[in-house]
Amino acid sequence: MPLNNEIIKQKLTDKFGDQLTDWQEPYCMLTFTAPKNLNLKVLQFLFDDPELKFRFLTDLQAVHYPDRKGEELVVVYHLHNLVDNIRIRFKVFTDIKTPDVYSATALYQSANFMERETYDFFGVNFTGHPNLIRILNVDEMDYFPMRKEFPLEDQTRTDKDDEMFGRS
Amino acid sequence: MRPVQYNTKLKMVEAPEGMMGEGFMATSFEKVVGLARKNSIWPLPFATSCCGIEFMATMASHYDLARFGSERVGFSPRQCDLLMVMGTISKKMGPVLRQVYLQMAEPRWVLSVGACACSGGIFDTYSVLQGIDQIIPVDVYVPGCPPRPEAILDGFLKIQELVGQESLRRRNGEKYKELMVSYGIQ
Repeated sequence: MPLNNEIIKQKLTDKFGDQLTDWQEPYCMLTFTAPKNLNLKVLQFLFDDPELKFRFLTDLQAVHYPDRKGEELVVVYHLHNLVDNIRIRFKVFTDIKTPDVYSATALYQSANFMERETYDFFGVNFTGHPNLIRILNVDEMDYFPMRKEFPLEDQTRTDKDDEMFGRS
Repeated sequence: MRPVQYNTKLKMVEAPEGMMGEGFMATSFEKVVGLARKNSIWPLPFATSCCGIEFMATMASHYDLARFGSERVGFSPRQCDLLMVMGTISKKMGPVLRQVYLQMAEPRWVLSVGACACSGGIFDTYSVLQGIDQIIPVDVYVPGCPPRPEAILDGFLKIQELVGQESLRRRNGEKYKELMVSYGIQ
């Protein structure tokens, strides 16, 4: 029997019980939430299990929800089983004051750059990452631009030449 | 007879004003140098996005920048006279652009092509330099998003005008030094 969402969900609940929550299937893609100290264990299980075989990390990024107090930042993992061609996604919430999440670089090499990017834009501190420095933005940048408290167009910026935009 | 002698459409640049007599012509050195410089500008294209595509059209046979003596596009800043910046310059690319400008030998000119290079354009955001004149001095701005090849040619002719009329002492003057210092150069 080919692998499907129900089998994956069953296997995960057998292993982790009710620690995994918020099961959804938007557009048939299995999605769930894990506690943040469990993220590596879940990834390792998904990687090692002889049936699940989620051995490709398609994407890793973060979202900022300023209204969810205590769990403002969420790190999202997209995994792909290349044998059965099934994708899943799981999320890890963290407090914005302590944005420490275990790094997945030991398991997936591709996590290296993606975690650097996530750090660059959201300030998620991936503990255990070998080289957690900015990757896309200038090194001198002193904030995390994709967090919602920073407006895309900052009218008070000093390098903005208002004359060019007819709003002096 | 060689075929070139049948070509009667040859166009020559007009000679500068001066004293002429039998077998000699006297004019100011400045005018001669200006004439020589402006009709053989070597551009260095620094193209990062869609304005670069317009520049390719400008260089190609239809618009033909070679008509103005600039067919020789150089990709070594040390050989070139005119830095043509075409496209969005992100803040991370700023130091690179500045380095290229610094590597050019004096006298050097800068043409800023398109809204992004001139002012940041639509990219009013954290990652984009709000106009290259934040880091290097610019001689001529070409507006447009992207400007048509005619506009780029027009900007180029404006540069030629500047080059032709520039005083030989300008780049040793106090004002020029002040300008350079205001950009933190030298």
